[in-house]
Amino acid sequence: MSKLFSSTWARPFLLILIVLVLWDLAILVFGIPQYLVPAPLAVAEQIWNEWPMLLGESLPTVYATLGGFALSVVIGVPMAMMIAYSRLIESYLYPLLVFSQSIPKVAIAPLFVVWFGFGLLPKVIVAFLLGFFPIVVSTVMGFKSVEVDMVDLARSMGSTRLNMFLKISLPHALPSIFSSMKVSITLAVVGAVVGEFVGSNAGIGYVLQKANGNFDLPLMFAALVFLSLIGVLLFLAIDAIERLAIPWHVSQRGTVHSTMRWR
Amino acid sequence: MSSDDQEGLSSAAASARGATARRPLIRLCGVAKSYPGKDGPMASLDPLSFDIDEGEFVSVVGPSGCGKTTLLKLVAGLLPVSAGELTLSGSRIDGPQRNVGIVFQSAVLLAWRNVLDNILLQAEMRKLPMAAARERALKLIATAGLEGFEKSYPWQLSGGMQQRVSICRALLHDPSVLLMDEPFGALDAMTREKMNLELQRIWMGSKKTVLLITHSIPEAVFLSDRVLVMSERPGSIAAIYDIDLPRPRPLDVMSSAEFARYTQSIRGHFFTQGSLDH
Repeated sequence: MSKLFSSTWARPFLLILIVLVLWDLAILVFGIPQYLVPAPLAVAEQIWNEWPMLLGESLPTVYATLGGFALSVVIGVPMAMMIAYSRLIESYLYPLLVFSQSIPKVAIAPLFVVWFGFGLLPKVIVAFLLGFFPIVVSTVMGFKSVEVDMVDLARSMGSTRLNMFLKISLPHALPSIFSSMKVSITLAVVGAVVGEFVGSNAGIGYVLQKANGNFDLPLMFAALVFLSLIGVLLFLAIDAIERLAIPWHVSQRGTVHSTMRWR
Repeated sequence: MSSDDQEGLSSAAASARGATARRPLIRLCGVAKSYPGKDGPMASLDPLSFDIDEGEFVSVVGPSGCGKTTLLKLVAGLLPVSAGELTLSGSRIDGPQRNVGIVFQSAVLLAWRNVLDNILLQAEMRKLPMAAARERALKLIATAGLEGFEKSYPWQLSGGMQQRVSICRALLHDPSVLLMDEPFGALDAMTREKMNLELQRIWMGSKKTVLLITHSIPEAVFLSDRVLVMSERPGSIAAIYDIDLPRPRPLDVMSSAEFARYTQSIRGHFFTQGSLDH
């Protein structure tokens, strides 16, 4: 048992277990009715009964998330490169980017339904709008934080601009890019669900809306469990890619204990 | 330094230098540097004129912010001169040079490359033939006492070892000039002395022309043929000392009377008015 407590990967599960027990106890002790907060067992029962449906509805949400995330990387990283390398582009683009982030995505999501219908596209766009900003901000920082001496050294070697970018700036920025991708993927999940809320007939967001309408709280909670599982799995996937791509980085060395290291 | 100081000294150093006749490799002729400021240009370096001979070891000491690093970057071709003429083996320095290697205060090694690949960066950037470069890199690694660490990553090395890697990298393309900007400033005193000995050994073996920027007066005296003392910003040459101590110099030389006299008179420039005296 003490061995279980000391292994890092088991800790989050133990915490979940403790929360579940407290949750159940609270319902019993305070007599909370089923239509306000369902008991953990009722949620588990819904998951057991409805998992084929929930799994099927997860797919559109995953597609929208991945689509929005891919767009975030494909557009966000080059945009960050331009901002990092040109004062002119930075002065034009950066204020606009910050401005675009202050618009609530929930408020403009219905607009995309009007423009692009009920398909996957509007969800992808909302996921992208939420996911790309952290990538831009963090990647700009990564490119800009190359040491002055490092740049001077490369220049003294007669480095071309391309070599400077490929051999020095880009590898230097990779840790920042990866950490922003982790933030981005979780935000993209949120974006996909928001997109599904405002107009769709598929996806976890749609299930949540429907269950809410029917006062089926156990189903809502079951859908939330699936939603958080999607987020966690996608996060772990990026974490794994990161470990393969930048094994040299401080965060990947054995001596550092990261809370996100679920080994 | 008065000339009678030099008479009593052993002729070993003189003959070592005499073997390669004094041929100026780097010439500064009224070289000045200023940066654009709010109220017109701000002078960083007042016009400087001096020569550095081929195979000579020259150090520059001076207070912080006196433009020592600016001077080094001018010679490296990383900054354009504002006035005057700066030449390397007769041709004007107007950009990064093929014939120059640089070592900075921090080792600036790439974290994602191992020792060997960090050294080979020099060859990749300069598009040198890789097979020959690899062979030379391995030879340099052996000279620097880094054997067995070829595949180690920078974070696995001590500060002194990292700096040795950066020296190997600066020497990979066999430049005739080695520029060093406070290369041992971040090291502890013991490692620093050891690195000084090794630098002397490497220099005596390769006969490169070295321009060393340093804060440490003993380090400058220990290593150099000549020590340039710079004044406060805007930097100018306050004095030039010929250091005529026999080579190779053991660490013991630091406790000799001659050594003390050199360091004392150089230090004298820093004492009056709490900074450099003209």
